[in-house]
Amino acid sequence: MSEFAFLNGNEAVAWGVRLSRPHVIAAYPITPQTKAVEKLSSFVQNGEMDCKYLHVESEHSAMACSIGSSSVGARTFTATSSQGLLYMSEGLPYASGARLPIVMMNANRSIATPWNIYGDQMDAMHVLNSGWVQLFVEDAQEALDMVIQSFKLAENHDILTPVMINVDGFVLTHTYEKVEIPGQELVDSFLPAIEKAPHLMNDQDPMSLCISAGNQHYMEFKIKQHRDMFKVFEQLESIDRDFEKSFGRSHGGAAAGYRNEDADVILVTTGSVTGTARVVVDSLREQGIKAGLVKLRLLRPFPSDDLFELIGKAGAVGILDKNISFGFEGTVYTNVNSSLLQKGYRGRTFNFIAGLGGRDITKENIEEMFSALLEQKGETVQYFNMGCAL
Amino acid sequence: MSEELIYTRPESLRERKTHYCPGCGHGIVHKLLAEVMDELGIREETIIIAPVGCSVLIYDYINADGIEAAHGRAPAVATGVKRVHPDKIVISYQGDGDLLAIGTGETIHAANRGENISVIFVNNAIYGMTGGQMAPTTMSDQITKTTPYGRNVQDVGYPIRACEMLNTLAAPVYIERTSIHDVKNIRKTKKAIKKALQNQMDGKGYSFVEVLSTCPTNWGVAPVKAAKWVETAMVPYYPLGVFREEKETV
Ligand SMILES: Cc1ncc(C[n+]2csc(CCOP(=O)(O)OP(=O)(O)O)c2C)c(N)n1
Ligand code: SF4
Ligand SMILES: [Mg+2]
Repeated sequence: MSEFAFLNGNEAVAWGVRLSRPHVIAAYPITPQTKAVEKLSSFVQNGEMDCKYLHVESEHSAMACSIGSSSVGARTFTATSSQGLLYMSEGLPYASGARLPIVMMNANRSIATPWNIYGDQMDAMHVLNSGWVQLFVEDAQEALDMVIQSFKLAENHDILTPVMINVDGFVLTHTYEKVEIPGQELVDSFLPAIEKAPHLMNDQDPMSLCISAGNQHYMEFKIKQHRDMFKVFEQLESIDRDFEKSFGRSHGGAAAGYRNEDADVILVTTGSVTGTARVVVDSLREQGIKAGLVKLRLLRPFPSDDLFELIGKAGAVGILDKNISFGFEGTVYTNVNSSLLQKGYRGRTFNFIAGLGGRDITKENIEEMFSALLEQKGETVQYFNMGCAL
Repeated sequence: MSEELIYTRPESLRERKTHYCPGCGHGIVHKLLAEVMDELGIREETIIIAPVGCSVLIYDYINADGIEAAHGRAPAVATGVKRVHPDKIVISYQGDGDLLAIGTGETIHAANRGENISVIFVNNAIYGMTGGQMAPTTMSDQITKTTPYGRNVQDVGYPIRACEMLNTLAAPVYIERTSIHDVKNIRKTKKAIKKALQNQMDGKGYSFVEVLSTCPTNWGVAPVKAAKWVETAMVPYYPLGVFREEKETV
């Protein structure tokens, strides 16, 4: 039986992990992820989870342990944030190249220097090319549900790719919401025990993993990895449909629209800021302004088809980036812009950079973004809620 | 009656409200360091490499130059600074997570190279800054946020003794473990820090001072009890004293 609880994003993730029955969790603490791993270590130590919790000495080791356990067929979870994700980053392409279905929570946080513990999405963008599926969630319920869905996705034999669930630091990890915790039996039937993938080891099937491939073979490995990544779209949709049948909730596929069908202007968001943007869209609609929203749930693989379809005939599109690629523009913008260009989109695109290092993104900021879109005014790249002019 | 000045705030210590919790050992160690810097007259020459941990803000207190290293990287950053400025006094100030978990590699290799730096290691048996998770130096059976039923040494290993481990290396010139649980030991800690800095000034090489310290907040006890716990629980496992005094000739 499912039950309702008042959980923060970290606890919701911990519950999602608990219900998914991983064999191994390896983690090193870092703010704002700590509450998730503390909760998981207590689930393990009080016997509520039958799982090995590995108290490793660093994130680098957390990823290496995860690679080890996943290579021998164990369902494996890890969690980190910011500097920790960066310290892990050597292992990330290693895991994805070896096609290991590890699932990770990344509590999105700014990166040093200057030091800052608050939320933005610089960390995730830093590892966008690591070969991991990059998923962004809007609230605690989605975080819990996507842990369960992500194991199913990662372990699918057509996919076999690790998944990073991005949960905005503090805004999601530390705020409490009413969350439905599904019953264990229902989760067990939705997400059965991990099946042995043909390329992984067990005691009946000894083999050498993570081998070398010279210039005669390397490229084929990489292009296959790239092609398989695109299969995520279809699988995610089908997993979500099954999820809805079992749990009565759907989160959609790679991208989701909100009041976008007839919109003149559209804002593209990732993660928790989508919630604020919905409120602004509603109030603009009340004033007769045709504003709409597209929430990107996946950044890798990048959902070009869905995005183009959701944007439709909107005359201008703004992309909200909680990150910046120094010397260019926001990374989500680069991706959206390139994909829309390929699809032949003819409207104007704007890049709204906001929320770095935990700076608030207020309703007023989002209203300003929409007015820039409506009037098609100002520079292509604009910065919001700056404390001083630079 | 004539007035006699018997105590002032060390010049090397900034006048600042502390952000450390009541009973936290970092404040004591900062003050000892500042006093020693005054006594040796090295304030202008000192560069402090701060860790990631509660003492990340050491630059707010000690009136010297400083660099904030990434978590665990302080001895490597110190190496870079010292090799460029052999005439400066370079201090790597670190907690147990920083020095003995994520930074173990840097710790061992800076010591093994015999870098002419001084490492001050504040061992409070927990990750203070992140809210009290198990550290490599957490005591057996000690309750932390990630060991809610106590550290199970069969599963996660025994607490690591840094001084003993570094004492297996040939290069270090000075290794001592002290404590701040009472006044007598605070004085000894000051002497040890002074020696570590004097060694560096004399160009002798790598010095390491481990200070057994308190984290009342994450241990969940009052400051006085925390000091008592250092004495009764930590000192027996982490024996105090000098492990290395002179450079070994091999
Ligand atoms: C790469 C990386 N991983 C994790 C963290 C999170 N973190 C910050 S301080 C800390 C541990 C601090 O413990 P300790 O070194 O013992 O210092 P104390 O606060 O106890 O003095 C951790 C794990 C980080 N900042 N960077
Ligand atoms: S949490 Fe612990 S180490 Fe950090 S300031 Fe407080 S008492 Fe000191
Ligand atoms: Mg500590």
